[in-house]
Amino acid sequence: MAHSVRRDAPELPDFSLLKRLARDQLIYLLEQLPGKKDLFIEADLMSPLDRIANVTTLKEHEVDKLYKVEHKSIVSTSDQLCFLIRPRIQTVKWICDVVNADKAVGKFRRYKVIFCPQKFYACETLLEEQGIIGDVTTDEWSFYLLPLDDDIISLELPEFFRDNFLEGDQRWVRTAGSALHLLHSLYGPFSKVYGIGRCSKMAYESWREQVKEGEQRVRQADIGNVFLIDRDVDLVTPLCSQVVYEGLVDDIFRIKCGCVEFGPDVTSSDKSMKVMLNSQDKVFNEIRNEHFSQVFGFLSQKARNLQTAYDKRSGMDIKQMKTFVSEELKGLKKEHRLLSLHIGASESMMKKKTKQDFQEMLKTEHSLLEGFEIRECISFIEEHINRQASMVESMRLLCLLSLTENGLLPKDYRSLKAQYLQSYGVDHLLTFSNLKQLGLLVEQQPGETLTVMESRVGKLVNDKTAGKLTDAFSSLAKKSNFRALSRRLNLVPKSDEEYDLRVPRDMAYIFSGAYIPLSCKLIEQVLERDGWTGLEEVTRMINGHEFAVTAGSNGSDPRGRSDAQRIILVMFLGGCTYSEISALRFLGKEKGYKFVVVTTAITNSARVLESMLDNHA
Amino acid sequence: MAFITANWNPLGDAFYRKIELYDMGWSLRDGLKDCMVAAAPYGGPIALLRQSQRPSPSARPQLEIYSSSGVSMASFPWKSGPVRQLGWTVCDDLLAIQEDGTVLIYDLFGTFKRHFSMGNEVVQNQVLEAKVFHSPYGTGVAIVTGASRFTLAMNIDDLKLRRLPEVPGLQGAPSCWAVLTQDRQTKVLLANGADLYILDNTSCTPVTPPGLSPQACSIINMAVSFSYKYLALFTDSGHLWMGSTNLKDKLSEVETKVRSAPKQMVWSRRPKSQQPSVVLMWDRLLLVAGVCKETIQYTLDEECVCVAELDGVRIVGASRHEMLQEVPSACEDIFKIASMAPGALLLEAHKEYEKCSQKADEYLREIKEQSVLGEAVKQCVEAAGYEHEPETQKTLLRAASFGKCFLSNFPPEPFVSMCRDLRVLNSVRDYSVGIPLTHTQYKQMTVQVLIDRLVYRKLYPLAIEICRYLKTPEYQGVSRVLKHWACCKVQQKEEPDESIARAVSVKLGEAAGISYSEIAARAYECGRTELAIKLLEFEPRSGEQVPLLLKMKRSQLGLSKAIESGDTDLVYTVVTYLKNEMNRGDFFMTLRNQPVALSLYRQFCKHQEQETLKDLFNQDDDHHELGNFYVRASYKESKLEARLSLLQSAVDEYNKAKNEFAAKATEEEMKLLRFQRRLDEEKGEALLGLSLHDTLHALLSANYHKQAEQLYRDFRVPDKRYWWLKLTALAEKEDWDELEKFAKSKKSPIGYLPFVEVCVKRHNKYEAKKYVSKVTPEQKVKAHLAIGDLEGAAEAAIERRSEGEISTVLARCSPTTDRALLERLNRARSTAAKK
Repeated sequence: MAHSVRRDAPELPDFSLLKRLARDQLIYLLEQLPGKKDLFIEADLMSPLDRIANVTTLKEHEVDKLYKVEHKSIVSTSDQLCFLIRPRIQTVKWICDVVNADKAVGKFRRYKVIFCPQKFYACETLLEEQGIIGDVTTDEWSFYLLPLDDDIISLELPEFFRDNFLEGDQRWVRTAGSALHLLHSLYGPFSKVYGIGRCSKMAYESWREQVKEGEQRVRQADIGNVFLIDRDVDLVTPLCSQVVYEGLVDDIFRIKCGCVEFGPDVTSSDKSMKVMLNSQDKVFNEIRNEHFSQVFGFLSQKARNLQTAYDKRSGMDIKQMKTFVSEELKGLKKEHRLLSLHIGASESMMKKKTKQDFQEMLKTEHSLLEGFEIRECISFIEEHINRQASMVESMRLLCLLSLTENGLLPKDYRSLKAQYLQSYGVDHLLTFSNLKQLGLLVEQQPGETLTVMESRVGKLVNDKTAGKLTDAFSSLAKKSNFRALSRRLNLVPKSDEEYDLRVPRDMAYIFSGAYIPLSCKLIEQVLERDGWTGLEEVTRMINGHEFAVTAGSNGSDPRGRSDAQRIILVMFLGGCTYSEISALRFLGKEKGYKFVVVTTAITNSARVLESMLDNHA
Repeated sequence: MAFITANWNPLGDAFYRKIELYDMGWSLRDGLKDCMVAAAPYGGPIALLRQSQRPSPSARPQLEIYSSSGVSMASFPWKSGPVRQLGWTVCDDLLAIQEDGTVLIYDLFGTFKRHFSMGNEVVQNQVLEAKVFHSPYGTGVAIVTGASRFTLAMNIDDLKLRRLPEVPGLQGAPSCWAVLTQDRQTKVLLANGADLYILDNTSCTPVTPPGLSPQACSIINMAVSFSYKYLALFTDSGHLWMGSTNLKDKLSEVETKVRSAPKQMVWSRRPKSQQPSVVLMWDRLLLVAGVCKETIQYTLDEECVCVAELDGVRIVGASRHEMLQEVPSACEDIFKIASMAPGALLLEAHKEYEKCSQKADEYLREIKEQSVLGEAVKQCVEAAGYEHEPETQKTLLRAASFGKCFLSNFPPEPFVSMCRDLRVLNSVRDYSVGIPLTHTQYKQMTVQVLIDRLVYRKLYPLAIEICRYLKTPEYQGVSRVLKHWACCKVQQKEEPDESIARAVSVKLGEAAGISYSEIAARAYECGRTELAIKLLEFEPRSGEQVPLLLKMKRSQLGLSKAIESGDTDLVYTVVTYLKNEMNRGDFFMTLRNQPVALSLYRQFCKHQEQETLKDLFNQDDDHHELGNFYVRASYKESKLEARLSLLQSAVDEYNKAKNEFAAKATEEEMKLLRFQRRLDEEKGEALLGLSLHDTLHALLSANYHKQAEQLYRDFRVPDKRYWWLKLTALAEKEDWDELEKFAKSKKSPIGYLPFVEVCVKRHNKYEAKKYVSKVTPEQKVKAHLAIGDLEGAAEAAIERRSEGEISTVLARCSPTTDRALLERLNRARSTAAKK
């Protein structure tokens, strides 16, 4: 029941160019260190690197052995070492240790450190402090963007969320700006930029600055509009259980860099299997955006079709058989293989998700979103904690409760926290401290005084100081205002109507018709209104920093322009979920847009919450 | 056209002409007598070191700098040591080489810039003679010392002294010498009596010029051409030998009949020269000796100095400044008397045309018949470039433009660019500017350099006009000039900061590619910090702004600027700087006011300096973060005692932060840890580090019910949790008796459905059944279903008359085996629905 794509939907630009650029630069950098060398790769760069250049390519450029950076002493015998790392202090420190260890035993080697996508001053300072700045050469591999699919581009920076929103460390903002600049110079010029969130604003400014510094090229735009959004504008959506096929696969099996590893229970053999999940996979492409309840029916229909295709053989003569084998069989075989994989995956998910507790959990989630029977929800969560069910899931429900209810009542806050600590250990005291700082799990403030004051100040003075004041207030009590937002934007469809998941009528289908993701709704509204007019109340509740800028470049060809105008680049700063991407795809089909999603990383509830843990290992 | 050829003198088959460039504006009482003079090529400035009129030991000589037209640019008494030689660098700086080997560098306006020395050895032996030379590497200096040793500095901006080998038999200074640049090597050619040597880095080689007349017993002067390709030697027999500098070819030898040494000897050549010559100057005589063995003689009525140029020789005297050069062939063709060259005919035709005479047509026809009109136009354009007088230039250009009208496809560029070039040249040749550049020199020198020179002379308006006129890209043109202007402006000490800053911003406002930070840096160098800060306000790139602010010790301002820029690297630069610069307390205070910088620094400390982090929190009295810090530290600690003491610190901090909850939680953690240790010691269980829940579970699984009970009481574990725990632990062990006892111990706070469920989970339906009866009516259906008792479930559902529950049971019934039940249920449902 795939939607038929509107005939006039514009074509997406070719993003594989990004890969080629990254590849060429990497090869150039490797050639800067001629001769055989061992390459050490940061663990979380391995998968992205694999998408850019495979082992054969690396070997062609005289990479001898490949190692993963493991922060312990190395065993390489090569006299040239190349490190491909993220600009992180721990990793640089480890490199310093490696070099100093070599020095101590009088071993001479050449070292090259390639920072991806850029180096930070702090890293260089460290090299200097450790006295090895003269021994290593440093370089930057400006590999900002990895296209995961035709319409998904990732910066592969999962730490962006914690660094930026929790630690207040803005070093990645410039990276985001540079990524935007890269897209602008390859696929721009963008004619309109919308955004919301502090970080978006800064990324936008950083990008504008880079545009000013660089040279301008006049070209036909491939992408007309850009929408920047901070993850902390909408924290509810990523915390909801995903029920769209792709999102569900991510929740259960964890998709890594567009690739998933299916265990033996799915492959129905004794070994696991890595599968690329993108639009190249015909079967997957048709079910990825479907609600899970629809997937099984679709797959069985598909299986029947496949059988018919195979059955054609029976009535064939030799010649027909020959063409069948040479032309169709291979495709059918492949489809067959994929189909059996996805059926396996669905079965495995079905086992986990149709269990009663999951159904009850979904019910609780939906009640929370609707603001209905909150006490029952709290006791459900309590029981969940008491029975020491999954640590992350418990936290997820707590956060959802806090976000939707604008914080917990002091009594509940204390008792739930105490029970949580008893269940999962007192070290989560630190986690709670982080959650509080980010506003994910807070205590209700007595009275609404802050909001009132905030709005009054905001109305009186409308300049930078007011912005700073508002920031100060909001850091005191981060309020989600979810209920009010939900009312104003109609995020929760009326529950008395039956929601037919087979023919979705709005983006709520990605959450079984219970909730339209705030992030996507904002995008829809802003595009519809061509700006933020009429949404003042909403942006105030989100704590603003919204902007809409017309770049003013008017293209010559009106038709070509209008095509580009309907391609919208949405950049999520802090990550986005597969469900949101599905929702945007749906929106695009409805309105004749094409969305290109750029995100700092693909995220989901588990990833968001795990980043809040204070890892004391 | 007699007047144009009036100053022409034939030399061989070419002509030489002497053009007057300027009437000198200076007034020198004694002329150039007793003066040390240095004039820079390419129409550069002239420096004079004048001995004072009154010969007294205390009198200082006067150093004066003039433009080529004699306009004074600087004048000051010379207070340093005795000067051996003056010279100009390629970028118009004045070099004064002193007797003791010190070389002083002054700018065009007599401001001292720097000095360097030609080596220690020189101090003792003194400099006998010195020469300043130009090569592709820049400006060089060569000296010969009292010990007859030569020292070379190839490039004064990248000083490397080279002491050349000894010359055999040389006492004192050689009779004459010159510096050559050949094959990327700089050598010295010197004559000692009749012997000629070439000195290079490693050796001293005697050489003989081919065909030097044997009468000579001493070479008394020599000259090397501008391009270092030709050499001229003058012998005491009055012979002038001309040849190539590699001493392989001889061009000619001329007898001058003058036996005394010439005061100056320079080559006069031009590109595509037909008749190169050497100009020799004696006290009253100027002699031009060509390769053709003919000579031209001029008498001089005053003391003069010759300056070799690319395309001739300039002769600077006290009253006049003249240019002596071979007449370029284009000019010769046009102006030579009775010339029938195309250009000459075109000029004639145009002249007649202006007179409205029909002869114009005749001339034109003649040119056209030979179809050389294009040639004629080209000649006129070219010749215009070689003429000094604007009137002549105009005449020639008008003729060219006239001729162009009769040509259909003549490219316009040469004509247009010549007009432009001449306009620029005429404006810089102007008396007030005084740069007598020829077109050939201008092309060699390029516009860029010309602009630089104008800027250097502070002729900003003219430089800007030229840039605009030539449409030089703003970045290299106007902006560059403006930047220099601003740099100069900020040095004007008498003007207040405010007005300078305003003036600069008004002028520079719109110009592209201006670096305000460079200007600010200059202001700071002159000690005007406040002005520099004001100027930095205009700098849009924070990356440029911040380092300078730090240099000026305005770190606070630098920090805010860095934060404004959003560039964390920049913020970090400032933070590191501050860290080293300030004492800890101030540093932390500064950070406290800048949250962005603070969080950045915290991130760094988290990885690098844990202790600093603690201090940072301490400073802020951030007890909550301190508490968190101790908790975090406790996990890294493996020894229990240390861990407990860290946790105790955390408790203290949490208490200070009035965070009772956290304090209590931490205290309980300590209690738990102690409890776990005791038990580990007593029973050998590995409990340490488990959460309370896990500890209880472990205890219950291991049958330590008493201890579990104690924990349950001590930690006030909620009943529900405890029941769940015990229930699951017992079921896992399949200890059904204990479970039953537990169920009967008191009323279950979690109901009895969980009992049913855990039993079913362990596949013990028998045990499960025991608890079904205890389940509350609401959950009865579920309980019956759990043990697979459809009958029971149906019974319960019907009893409760709940439509929903009946449907649930119905869904579980299979139509084949449970037909009777199905019917009953359906009936019950319909009655329930009726109600």
